[in-house]
Amino acid sequence: MKRLALLTFLFLFALLFFSQASAIERLRLSTTTSTENSGLLNVLLPPFEKLFNLKVDVIPVGTGKALKMAENGDVDVTLVHARSLEDRFVREGYGVNRRDLMYNDFVIIGPKSDPAGVRNAKDAPEAFKWVALKHATFISRGDNSGTYVKEMEIWKMTGNKPSGNWYLEAGKGMGMVLIMCNEKRAYTLTDRATYLALSGTQKIDLPVLFEGDPMLFNPYGIIAVNPARHPHVDYVKAMALIGWVTSRAGQKIIKEFGKDKFGKPLFVPVAVPNP
Amino acid sequence: MEKQLFTIEGLTKRYNGKTILDIPYLVIKKGLIYGVMGPNGSGKTTLLSILSLLDRSTSGRICFDGVEINGRGNDDSTLRRQMAMVLQNPFLLSSTVYKNVAYGLKIRRWKKKKQKQKIEECLDMVGLVGFERRKVHELSGGEAQRVAIARGIAVSPKVLFLDEPTANIDKSNMETLEKIIQELNDKYKTTIIFTTHDLRQAYHLADEIILLSEGKVSKILSRDELKDYP
Amino acid sequence: MEYILIGVWKAFGLILSLDREVFSITSLSLRVSAMATILASVAGMPLGFIIGTENFFGKRVLVTIFNTLMAFPTVVVGLLLYSFISRIGPLGSFGLLFTPWAMVIGQFILATPIIVALTISATQGIDPRVRLTALSMGANSLQTACTMLSEARFSLISAVVAGFGRVITEVGCALMVGGNIRGHTRTMTTAIALETAKGEFAFALALGFILLMAAFLVNILFHWLQEIRG
Repeated sequence: MKRLALLTFLFLFALLFFSQASAIERLRLSTTTSTENSGLLNVLLPPFEKLFNLKVDVIPVGTGKALKMAENGDVDVTLVHARSLEDRFVREGYGVNRRDLMYNDFVIIGPKSDPAGVRNAKDAPEAFKWVALKHATFISRGDNSGTYVKEMEIWKMTGNKPSGNWYLEAGKGMGMVLIMCNEKRAYTLTDRATYLALSGTQKIDLPVLFEGDPMLFNPYGIIAVNPARHPHVDYVKAMALIGWVTSRAGQKIIKEFGKDKFGKPLFVPVAVPNP
Repeated sequence: MEKQLFTIEGLTKRYNGKTILDIPYLVIKKGLIYGVMGPNGSGKTTLLSILSLLDRSTSGRICFDGVEINGRGNDDSTLRRQMAMVLQNPFLLSSTVYKNVAYGLKIRRWKKKKQKQKIEECLDMVGLVGFERRKVHELSGGEAQRVAIARGIAVSPKVLFLDEPTANIDKSNMETLEKIIQELNDKYKTTIIFTTHDLRQAYHLADEIILLSEGKVSKILSRDELKDYP
Repeated sequence: MEYILIGVWKAFGLILSLDREVFSITSLSLRVSAMATILASVAGMPLGFIIGTENFFGKRVLVTIFNTLMAFPTVVVGLLLYSFISRIGPLGSFGLLFTPWAMVIGQFILATPIIVALTISATQGIDPRVRLTALSMGANSLQTACTMLSEARFSLISAVVAGFGRVITEVGCALMVGGNIRGHTRTMTTAIALETAKGEFAFALALGFILLMAAFLVNILFHWLQEIRG
């Protein structure tokens, strides 16, 4: 009797476990955590999935890892925002048909009191220079993310490498870094999307102190994994996705995203500027 | 030859350089009750272990009901299934009385219905009717021993071994035990071999007594002869 | 402090509203970990039993190895597995990466050493008389092994629970080889990691409480299983 009960339980369990493996086609997209966290993909992908009757598996990791996965052929297409790394990726033959998709921007946030006077800087490098001079606490991503890459570009422009007790490398995601900044009343470079999203649910007492420098533009690119390198990747479906997100319909979604929640859109479409 | 259950020839057991048993010749007849007596260290338990195939002899030839068993040790479960052993401190599996008595039958793949019948019978024989659902840790020493015996007789063995069955129990339990052994022998003609310290006990129960001393058989007495023994 | 209270509140809200996404990730967590634990038990228990009962050359080394594997960091297991099942790895053609099965394999690797190590110690803790009793009742080697394992059942169930506990709470491996894909390979733990990284502490805590409750229910189930078999 008990044996029967146990067997029934195991059988039902096995049934439940395996029933989830659906026969639907899947397309694998690697992207950054900040892109996923913005919530854009939750709005941008479903119409595509419906149109082509497939499911897009979004794997959110750091920029470096997203590209690495594409390099290894573990995904079919990748969407990141680190232009120099993307260019190298294509140059080395791992990706093909790169399209500019959209951009958002980075902003410098910090304590309301603004001890370094970042508000008055004329460009991003100057803002950083003043932070360094004042030894004001600055928290860096410290990973290979797009944000970190951009941060390093700016530091390079100042001519000095940041170091000292005031410069903290967190090695964490953007959300965590923002919370740390809040705790420590520190400066940091952040993408606007994550900042807006988090300000909604947490009390981030750090206002935007500097924005608008073209250097702070954060362009996103979508690249298909080269089928010549990895024959098994679903190149056709990858191209369909690229087609969708750069189409008038897709770009319109990008243009509208964030308006209702944050008052202003989070991203600016570039493939079709006025969809 | 027909009536011989065990025929032992040239049996020795050596361990760590010490000779524990040295029996040139011994016959155990079917249907009798044997008491094996001797002081501590005389080899009683070892003899029982070897006969019940739980231990191996160092040399010698042993026949069990016409089949040679020497040197087989624990490999042959078919032979061992014709025997049953009740250890000195009987070890019961941690569950209910019923499941313990059923153990031997479960191993022999008896059908559940037949098991139930047999178990009731055996519990009745050892005077533990109604004890089926009792948990083993709730039993007294005497009750536990009777469960072990019930377990042993459930499989209708040709021979039942009991190692110091009366060592740790009180007088009333002792009498119950003697009754059980007697009934078993009368009703089923099971050969019974037990070890003991107690001469009076041996006298009471056994048809024949084997006296062991330092691993050697010093004397074999039949019941009548016992009367003359001081 | 606020986070905790908001977290508990959110947890109830999510459960009562039968939030689909939360349901889906809880279900995936339980399925993956349960499957991994079952496989690890099937592989690990017989292995642990054999190591625990047999004596062979290098036994102590093997036991030490398993004990050490118990402390294997989950991320490292994830990394190693990733290198094997990635497209450019030796097992790449199976397409296992970023599927629930990859997570099952990873957790299997994590759970097995625990179950083996605990089974070894459970086996060594079995009263030696169990084996003797089984043999004396005529059990063959397989039946004897089963009887011994049955006597150790409480310790063995603890071993399984320990294995399950290790895998249902792990994050590093699931994240690495699962990919944290929404609706496909996102488990409770990887979702918590994601939400925490986003700064959504209250939501992360809510998920944490739900995970705790799910694990609690599983442990109750195990406890019930112990009762009915005991």
